[in-house]
Amino acid sequence: MSSDSRHQSAIVQSARWYDLFSRGARDWLRHNEKVRDSVKKSLPELVSGPDVLTNPENRTVRVPVKFLEHYRFRLSDSDSQTGVGQGQGAKPGDVLRPADVGGQGDGGAGTGEGGLEFVLEFKVDDILDWLWEELELPNLEPKTADSIENSEYVREGIDRRGPRARLDRRRTVKEAVKRRAVQANPIPFTDDDLRFRQLARRPQPLTQAAIIFILDVSSSMDDASRQLAKSFFFWALQGIRRQHTRIETAFIGHTVKAWEFSEEEFFSVRASGGTEASVAFDLSLEIINERFDPSRYNVYVFYASDGDNFAADREVSQLRLKELSGICSFMGYVETVGRTGTGLNTEMGRLFKELAAGDAPTGSFPIGGQEDVWKAIRRFFTHQARQEAEA
Amino acid sequence: MAGDSRFYRTEMEALARSFGLDFYPVEFEVVPPSFMTEVAVYGLPVRMPHWSFGVRYIHQLVQHKMGHSRIFEVVYPGDPGHAFLANNNSDVDNTLVCAHVLGHADFSKNNELFRRVHKQVGTRIVDMAAHHARRIEQAIEHHGQEHVERVLDAALSLEQHIDINQSLSRARYSESEEDAEESLLNTFARRFVALAGNKEKEKSDQEEHSRTPIPPHPEQDLLWFIAQYGPEMEDWERDIFLAVREESFYFYPVFACQIMNEGWASYWHARLLREASFLPQDLYLDAMKTHSDVVRPTAGDKQIALNINPYHLGFSIWDRLIEAEGVEKARTIMQSEDDFGFVRNYLESDLADELNIFVYDANKNGEIKVTNNEIHQLHEAILSRKFNFGAPRVQVTEMGVDGALELKHESDVDGRGLDTERAKKVIDYIHRVWRRPVSMRTLDANGKETTLETGKAAA
Repeated sequence: MSSDSRHQSAIVQSARWYDLFSRGARDWLRHNEKVRDSVKKSLPELVSGPDVLTNPENRTVRVPVKFLEHYRFRLSDSDSQTGVGQGQGAKPGDVLRPADVGGQGDGGAGTGEGGLEFVLEFKVDDILDWLWEELELPNLEPKTADSIENSEYVREGIDRRGPRARLDRRRTVKEAVKRRAVQANPIPFTDDDLRFRQLARRPQPLTQAAIIFILDVSSSMDDASRQLAKSFFFWALQGIRRQHTRIETAFIGHTVKAWEFSEEEFFSVRASGGTEASVAFDLSLEIINERFDPSRYNVYVFYASDGDNFAADREVSQLRLKELSGICSFMGYVETVGRTGTGLNTEMGRLFKELAAGDAPTGSFPIGGQEDVWKAIRRFFTHQARQEAEA
Repeated sequence: MAGDSRFYRTEMEALARSFGLDFYPVEFEVVPPSFMTEVAVYGLPVRMPHWSFGVRYIHQLVQHKMGHSRIFEVVYPGDPGHAFLANNNSDVDNTLVCAHVLGHADFSKNNELFRRVHKQVGTRIVDMAAHHARRIEQAIEHHGQEHVERVLDAALSLEQHIDINQSLSRARYSESEEDAEESLLNTFARRFVALAGNKEKEKSDQEEHSRTPIPPHPEQDLLWFIAQYGPEMEDWERDIFLAVREESFYFYPVFACQIMNEGWASYWHARLLREASFLPQDLYLDAMKTHSDVVRPTAGDKQIALNINPYHLGFSIWDRLIEAEGVEKARTIMQSEDDFGFVRNYLESDLADELNIFVYDANKNGEIKVTNNEIHQLHEAILSRKFNFGAPRVQVTEMGVDGALELKHESDVDGRGLDTERAKKVIDYIHRVWRRPVSMRTLDANGKETTLETGKAAA
């Protein structure tokens, strides 16, 4: 019966081709890539949650995402689904599972694969790249300046003449060896062998920036407003970081007085009292004079407030703002308004409007909710890019 | 070969043939469990890449980690057949699996549905799928991942929408077929318009020369129709649709005979082990323990299961049939039936009672209630998920002069409408390859007639 050789089966010991790659893993990675793409399309939600402003360790944002579903034609869910089961003692009328109290269960009708969530981690730099793409912004070049203070001597090339101090012994010997190799009766060294290092004066790129964040910490600024301001601050900082290799920061909170804080304190500090913004602008000027020489730093000032300011403080504020705008690269004003926002028609809003009318580099961003953060960032980055293009 | 003696393959094959089992030679290959996991996901050892398999893969891995599934073997019918054994199977497992595989090999060589399909897709299924995978990899190289994915999104979502009664290499609607239908209509039409005083006479005269409708009758072979009639599709895109269709042809008998086929293999592994005098006594006992784990109706220590183990159900029906009618009669049934005939004709009420099978209703509010155990209702409840390859019935009803594709869901046959949100997404997939307007009639959640559409210019 088994003499027919055709019926002799063979056992093939594994050829191991399947050890070389995993099809499942390949398709899973592709799935994740697609999830990233779809997350990328929902950037506005993505930019709303980061917690730490300046900590370089924390350069990622974690986003919970759903599995993608590959859709098929499916019947609509009916109120009840019929199934077949098996087991002892189940008689017609028996309830195998009671109804959920006060809620919808999944009714045994599996919710499919769409229900599961997992977390993807996104690099802040990637998100910024996407923002740039999305906004169709030109690539920002690192800022450079040609002023003498920023230039520096750098080594550049080799010459046959130069001061003795810059004699390059190694190259000189090399030249001598080369010469001696082709000469009949060589002498150890000639003047022609000498090589000197040359220096050139080069402008150094001005890559330093300083950012001063000012927050109105009076009692009218609630947690939600602070969170909105913080989101905006975060992304503004990331945008500026693209142009500058080194960034210094300062955090100022104010009521009728102003204090400098550490970053951690900054967002949690709470004070009572009225609002006089001029004191914070004063302190900013002081800090700039002491630490951020405008000839060496691009200085950015961001101010977040609900827009209230004592009328008595108007003139002083106006003056200080003008003074600041004269030395700053940019001044941003973030007004955290309620849903029925006043549209920058506040005391502070008007001051910045005047400033902008006077051609100062400034921008005002009313923010009522997370979606406004996105719009504000968009406007800020667009403004940055335009400035760059004009420069 | 060392492997042979470890699971008595030669002896087992001889024994199987002595019982009348008739099969092509089988090649056994030992593979790691990760391979088995992937085969469970892809259905084939090598298959075209698509992100949706990645999602299933992760689900399968999670399930596997939770210990819900362990796959002993996978077998591909053909000449030779190809069986993969997990390398963490014990010798006992493999002895059982070897006998089980021979049962499958017998089934796939002799069952009518399998035979018919294999005549079409050939007997080298694994190679065919690998060939498709390779072609699609090439397409990705030439046309880019996104573009190929767009085509696969549509084709794979219509995987079940084929017509198994048509041939695999089905040609476009022939002129004669169209003519035949038309002449039938025209005979009547001519006589009708010939009646005196008919105002529509002139109009009809013109229409006589208008184009034949495509499709001439509602068409359920969606993959084929789109591949053949897609107005702006490139050849390689049509090829992908036909490749997916070919794989569906292969999968159909496996799907439509699952209860019979698993039951048959389980019956024979039990029988062969019992009759195998060459097996040591302790190995036989251990193997029978594995057998009872495989055909156990309920999982773990649960008393009641909310689904049916096809191994157990099929095994029980065959066991009783062969006892009552003998192997010869059982072989005739195995050759001619699929699960529909098998369950309806041979699952009788005394067996159903013995097996404690029941129908239940799972309400949206979470309540699960046993409704009855009447045999006809049991049959239909068991089979309800198997009709039409497990998919809603969707047909092409018309292709407009502008190339617009009209689909219709047979809500009356399926009992209710489609999940419209998902259906719309599928319509979108189709539209991206059809490239002309696509619309679909079905019922919405309230049972009202509704039309989903994509690509129509706003009115």
